[in-house]
Formats: sequence, structure tokens, C-alpha cells
Amino acid sequence: MKTQYEAVIGLEVHAQLGTRSKIFSRAAVTFGEPANAVVNEVCAGYPGSLPVLQREAVTLALRAGVALGCNIRRRSQFARKNYFYPDLPKGYQISQFDAPLCEGGELRFEVAGEAKRCGITRIHMEEDTGQSSHAADAPFSLIDLNRAGTGLIEIVSEPELRTAEEASAYFKELRAILVAIGINDGVLANGSMRCDANVSVRPVGREAFGTKVEVKNLNSFKFLREAIGYEIERQIAELEAGGTIYQETRLWDDAKKQTIMMRRKEGSADYRYFPEPDLPTLVVSEAWLAEVAATLPELPAQTRARLQEVCGLSAYDAGVLVATDGFAAFFDGAVALGAAPKSVTNWLNGSILAAINARSLSYQGGVGFVTSAGHRILPAAIAELQKLVDDNTISSTASRTVFEKMLTTDAAPSEIVEREGLRQVSDTGAIDAILDEVLAANPSEVERYRGGQVQLFGFLVGLAMKASKGKGDPKLVNARLRAKLDGGV
Amino acid sequence: MRSWFLGSSTVEAKVAEQTLFEVAEAVRSGRLTAEAVVTSALAKMEATASLGAFVHVDRGQALADARAIDARVAAGESLPLAGVPVAVKDNLCTEGLETSCASKMLGGFVATYEATAVVRLRAAGAVVIGKTNMDEFAMGSSGETSVFGRALNPWDTARVPGGSSSGSAVAVSSRAVLASLGSDTGGSIRQPASFCGVVGFKPTYGRISRRGLVAFASSLDQIGPFTTDVADAALLFSVMAGQDGGDMTTSDAPVPTVEELLSAPAPLRVGIPKEYLAEGLDPEVRGRLDAALEALRAEGAEVVEVSLPHSKYAVATYYILASAEASSNLARFDGVRYGHRDADATSLIDTYRRTRTFGFGAEVRRRIMLGTFVLSAGYYDAYYQRAQKVRSVFVREFEAAFSKCDVLLTPTAPTAAFKFGEHAEDPLTMYLADIYTIPANLAGLPAMSVPAGLTAAGLPVGVQLLAAPFAEKTLFGAALAVERRLGKMAAPPSASGEKP
Repeated sequence: MKTQYEAVIGLEVHAQLGTRSKIFSRAAVTFGEPANAVVNEVCAGYPGSLPVLQREAVTLALRAGVALGCNIRRRSQFARKNYFYPDLPKGYQISQFDAPLCEGGELRFEVAGEAKRCGITRIHMEEDTGQSSHAADAPFSLIDLNRAGTGLIEIVSEPELRTAEEASAYFKELRAILVAIGINDGVLANGSMRCDANVSVRPVGREAFGTKVEVKNLNSFKFLREAIGYEIERQIAELEAGGTIYQETRLWDDAKKQTIMMRRKEGSADYRYFPEPDLPTLVVSEAWLAEVAATLPELPAQTRARLQEVCGLSAYDAGVLVATDGFAAFFDGAVALGAAPKSVTNWLNGSILAAINARSLSYQGGVGFVTSAGHRILPAAIAELQKLVDDNTISSTASRTVFEKMLTTDAAPSEIVEREGLRQVSDTGAIDAILDEVLAANPSEVERYRGGQVQLFGFLVGLAMKASKGKGDPKLVNARLRAKLDGGV
Repeated sequence: MRSWFLGSSTVEAKVAEQTLFEVAEAVRSGRLTAEAVVTSALAKMEATASLGAFVHVDRGQALADARAIDARVAAGESLPLAGVPVAVKDNLCTEGLETSCASKMLGGFVATYEATAVVRLRAAGAVVIGKTNMDEFAMGSSGETSVFGRALNPWDTARVPGGSSSGSAVAVSSRAVLASLGSDTGGSIRQPASFCGVVGFKPTYGRISRRGLVAFASSLDQIGPFTTDVADAALLFSVMAGQDGGDMTTSDAPVPTVEELLSAPAPLRVGIPKEYLAEGLDPEVRGRLDAALEALRAEGAEVVEVSLPHSKYAVATYYILASAEASSNLARFDGVRYGHRDADATSLIDTYRRTRTFGFGAEVRRRIMLGTFVLSAGYYDAYYQRAQKVRSVFVREFEAAFSKCDVLLTPTAPTAAFKFGEHAEDPLTMYLADIYTIPANLAGLPAMSVPAGLTAAGLPVGVQLLAAPFAEKTLFGAALAVERRLGKMAAPPSASGEKP
């Protein structure tokens, strides 16, 4: 009988802490500066420099720990992880080893509507390395230490994920949480969040794990899903063919759609961890922890539940709002200004999402939705726009025109309506005059309608709307036309 | 009055002041300018150049700094160290003046920032007149591992000045300066102070910021002063000590003022650790120790015997922990960003190998290898972990001892200064030179070597006083009492006579 296999997957996610300064010095955390421009003696590992732990970094790490339901160590310890590499300036990375800040949490998420859970083994704090670039054929490498010393947390999951889809859903939900609690911008493409996967397979029913392979640098949800899927298939095929799985590190090659062996691990690397003597024990007071817990915002799962239960959204709509950066906060902002939840959802999932997909609008953390020219789309503007529709000032067709204009100007929706002359015609006399002209110009259609061809009603409405240049109130046009045709006026 | 005047060819200056208090007061009162004081010091430094105390000097900058102090004094600033020339060990970062740790590895390295201790000295009016010789990366007990060659003991130039702060001890002993800074990881201030007949003080761990001190063993390193007497040590300590936002291991404990330190009473109870006297202690060292004990008795102290039963493990514990930390602290010297890079390397791994093989001297390489070994998987528990446990035993034993006495009195070193080459081929006997000084580093205690007289051959011998953590006041009370009774140590004959 053919052996059935199952995969065992654990994820290690590195998330940069969104602090203003680096974790062990006051050097600024920036992105896109010239190489080695934001480096001081601490991040460059100059002789005599000492790390000074910045409180803000710990606060952000604590937020993650509390949000993921971890036990927070009241006394945790930093340790040195020793290895040589040119973008590791001190020859060791300050990390945490046997006394990490957070342990034993969990993450709940959904895969195709089914609730899942995965344990969090630990969350520890550490400093990021610099970056190396290796130009082809050059007899040297270039080192940029701007990133060196940026605060990171590493979130290690239990090996409890079983499919590529579960791993992807776990990572998505984790990302949503870290963004929601304001500790990371969630931009995978620039490395502010990075994921490594440990993947092994075993025959279904066997308890012992197979040999695990580490797949590194999965910097998109798509790569993560494809790489893990590929790796599971590769390992099963290898075992089926009587081969051996080696403990090794592999990289996802998106062009070839396969994982490529980077290095084979001969035993485990010896990092010679020992307690960091330059940093005292990190003591987390009850007051500090209580403050973190009290200021923690609503988490994505809570937001989804609230949107459904309190705001009456569908599970699908709630899911989209929470999964898209900035949507949930925008929704709350617009609803607070009086807009109906369903209308705001329609704006977000309709015109706004379309504009984002068309790249004419983007979300910036702390700012909101901004066009490339710097025009902002604010919840207040959408609330105002919807109100113009709701009180019949403009038609819903015209409202979409107004939205398009909002992407190119800072003017308020009502100003745009006036400037563009989009105000709906709701004056019975004016409508009657238009209708009278339309009916007079189309006597045979009127005749045929009255003779029973009732489908011609829509044709006549269309002509009237066209004659009003789209500004006629469609309800009024309908009502008055019906009265004129059926009432014999 | 003995004069250490030596004229230079360009500026005549007669500076006869004997203590930092006197120099600073003379400059504050306008009787001397800082420029004249520094000029005199530079001349004396030149006259004693054959002793090899200094390795980097910028005369022009020192004089410019002195004139800046004169301007501050003229502007009405009251500076506790106005115009005081200070020599600084070459492992303390000084802006604009090379910091090489007496190693080929850091040849030509100029720091981009200044050590907090130096910043505080300058703020108080001191002028850095040069960087002093040392054992390479502070690893050694004789000064012999310096890439610049050895510094000589002013009392007998055939003998070592001690180490690792060799040049700082020689600079003060020869009276080129009245004050210098050293660093003490296992005795690197106190042992050379004893060998050179000066006061050497290692404060409590956490008293003086280590920011800008090129780390050897972070949990043991502490900066401290060399001076010609105890009061001057108190003055420098009070200026440098205190919490620093740049070093998280500094303590927020209040720092005693210099007046508090100088008015501290003699101790009531002096403890003698019996284990320190059990083995073959040099009879002349024993003689000076007894003299210091008599001095304290005469000042009213009761002598109590205490026990530090695990003392025999101190050296082994120290070499495991200090080497472990050093192996990590010195990993940054990889040829990538600063200092020496081997020019013949052909690959990354080759750059590491050749840079570190040829950039470090033998003693540094030996300790890096030892430290790497004791942290390795499979050995960590047996060596590093066990040594940490023993270290905590020392802390408890000292706590118990200080419940019975106020200060401990011990030899500083097992012998007076030994001859060059005497231990150079045998690292183990060299390591034993620190047997009495290491425990204070392991337990983080304040400790001071105070001159206690000469051997029959005319070599100085110091005794060591130790106190409980942060009990510097008690320690100074005892040191002042010893100094009062035994007299302040004279300058060596070579420095006290007329110009040769």
C-alpha cells in the first residue's frame, strides 16, 4: 500500500520593531538612506562602544508578547550569539537565548473557513545585522550597516502547521496582528518582516519528526506557499525514491519555482552563546506590563467579530476590511462620522480597492490613503460623499465621478460636485419639462408603450437621463414618467 | 623641596607642585598657567622617554588643550583638576589621539568618540598629554606583550613595571605626570602600582563608565587612577565616578565627595584572609604587609582573621571567564572596518585568518583560543558555567568576610617587580602574579594598592586593601591610615634626582 505522508512545518518570523531609534543606541532607524549614513559607533561595533537598551523597543516586543498570549518573563537576559560575517560588525549578535522575553503563546487563524491554532514557542529580542551585496565578478563585497542594530523580534512557532496553506494563513494573521498593534509596517518586500520555514515530512501516524529542512527568506505570502508546497513534494518524492533528506538550508528560486540547496548543516552550528555582560538583566515591572496590556488596540480577530456582530457586515466583508492595511481604521473613522457601515464597506471594497490595485492610491502607515501626488482620501471625505448620495444631492453614478476627481485634488466632495455641476436635478418642474420634450420627440414609442410594449419604459428613462446630462434624479424621473404615461397627463 | 622641574628649550617652566590638589589650586589661583604645567610635563615626559611609558603623544594638541583650560579658568570656571596633565592608557578612546591597545591590530586607529571617564576628566579641567604603553589588549602582567616594546620600571630598569597598565604606572612613578588612568580586569592597575611604588585604585564594578574602554572582559573591567598618594586617587575617583547613560552596567549609587573620602575614619576591624598567607609568600612582601597591619593597629583597628576558602580557584576561574568574554569582545577585530587588515589575503575566510593570526600577538591569541574553547558546545557547562558558579561563591565568601570586618588587607602581588623575561616563557607563573588581585574583580569589589615601603634591594612593595561593594569611603579611610603611618612613597631615585 502506498505510504501517506504529512508535513510538519514551523515558522520563524523576524519582525523589525518600528522604533525611531535602533535597539541598543540612539542611531535613527530609517529606510533608503545612502549606505552607512545612519551608523554610529555602537551599530558599527567600534572598539569601546557599549549597547544601551532602548525602552521603546522592549515596549513594542511586550505588545507582541501580550497580543500573542505569551508568558512574559519578568526577568529576561540578553546573550551573545558569536559568529563571523562581514555584515555582523561586532562578531556577535546580541540576542536572547535561554531566557527570552516571551514564551508559550498561541495564534488562532482560519483556513478556508475552518478555525486553526498554532502554538508560539517563544518571542525573543535581538539586533538586526547589516547588509552585504556581492557584485558579480567583483573581488570584494559591499557592506551597508544602516540596518545593523535595528531592533527585531523573532517569533518562533511550534511545529504544528501541516500544510502550505496553514503556514500562509498563520503568517498572514501574524502579520495582521503585528501591524494592528503598531509594531511593524508589515511590508514584506523591504525585509521589515521576514519568514523562514522549517519543513519535514513523515508517514501519517508516525510520531517522530522527519529530518527538517530550513527554507529561508520567504518574503511574500505567495513565495511562502509555493516554497513550502514544493518542499513537501520534493521531500516525499525523495523518500519514495528511497533517498535521504539531509538537514540543510534551502532558498526559494521563484524563477525556477523550486527550492535550491544553499548549505548543508554538518551538525548544528556552534554559536557559543553566553550571557551578554554589557547588559543587565531586563526587568519588566508589573506596572510596565499593565500599561502595555491596557494600551493594546483591538486585535484583528476581535475586529472581525465586531464588524460582523456590531456593524452587521458579512464574514467576507469583515475579512477583507481586516486583511487590507488601513481599511478597518478607515471604516471605523467613516462610520463614526455617520456613514452607514455597508456604504463605507462598498467604498473600501469598490472604488478605493480598485484605486489601490490600479496604483493610483496607496496606504501609508500613520498617514492613511495617499495618491502619488499627495492627495489624501480621508474617512471624513468618504462620509461626506456618501451623505451627498444619501440625501439625493448627487446620484450614485455621479458619486463615482466625484471619487475619481478626489484622487486629483484636495477639494472637498461638495466643492467637486459644484465645480463639476454634478448636482442632481430633483425639481419636478425641470424634470417634467425634460420629459415633455422627450415624449414629444418620440410619439411612436409612446404609442407603442401605451399599446402594451411596457419594456419601452426603460428606453424612455434612458433618453430622459441623457437629456438631463445624467443629473436627473432617477427616482423622480421614473415616477414622473410613469405618471405621464400611465396617468395620461 | 624636591623638584621635578626640567626646562624645555622653548618654554621655561618651573612646576614644583607635588599633588593634584596643589597643581589645580596653583592654576585656579593664577599662580601657574595650565600651559606652563603641561609644558613642564611634556618636558619631563621627554626626559624620561627611555622608560617607554608613552606610545602616542600630540604635543600641539596638549598645549592647545592647556590654553583652553587657561581660558576657562580666566572665564571664572572653578575646575577641580584645572590644568592637571593626565596620561591615559592606550585602551581608552580619545578623540583625535590614536587608540591602539598596544596592538598591531589597531595600529593607526583613531576613535570617533571619547571615553566617558576621559570626557569627565577634561570637563573637570584635566589635559590629556599622551597615551600610555600597556600589555597588548590589556593581556599580561609585565607590560612585555606590547607591540611597542616594553616599558621599564623606574626603580630598576632591568625589572618589569608590571601590567597590564605598565605605561600608566611608569608615567606616575617617574613623575612625568602626577596622575594617569589604567584599566583593571584582574589586577592591571594594582599590580603595576605595587611594582612601581605608586597608588593604584580599582573602584567597585559599575562605579566608572566603561564606555570608550576597549573591552577585554566586560564583566571584570574597571577603569581607575594611578597617583602618587591616596588623596589624589580620591580626587580623580570623585570626578570620574557616577552613573552614565552610555554604560548600562554603571550604578546609580551616590558617589562620595572628595571631602567625604578624605575625612573617612580609619577602619575599626581589619580582616586578614588566612589563605593568602598560608603558602610561600615572599618574606619581604610579608614584612611590608605586617608593617601595614601594624599601621592600621596603631590607628586603632582590631585585626580579625577571616577565611576565603575557595581562593585557590580564583586564578582558574578568572582565566576561564575573562578569556571567554575576551574571545567574543575581540571578534570585532576582523580587518573589515578599521585597524589592521592583512594585505595578502585572497578570500573572506583568508582575510579573517591572516588578519587575526598576524594582527594579534601570541598572548592575545592564546586567550582567544582558550575563551573560544570554554564556550564551545560540549565544554560550556564544564568550564564557563562552572566558573560562573564559582564566581558566585566568591561573592558570598566576601560577603561573609565583610560581615566580620570593614576592610581586608592582603599583599598586592606575591613578589616585588621581577626581571624582564623571568616569566615571559611561562604563562602560568605569569598568571599567578595576579593571584591576590583577581578576587576583587570576580566579586566586583573596590580595591587599592598602597605603597608600603621598599625591599632590602630598594624595590617598592604595595599592600592591597579591599572593601565591600560601593564602600569606597571605608576603603579610603583605611588607605589614608596606612599612608599616614608608613609615609608617602618617595619618587624613585632616577626621578627624584637632578637631571642626569
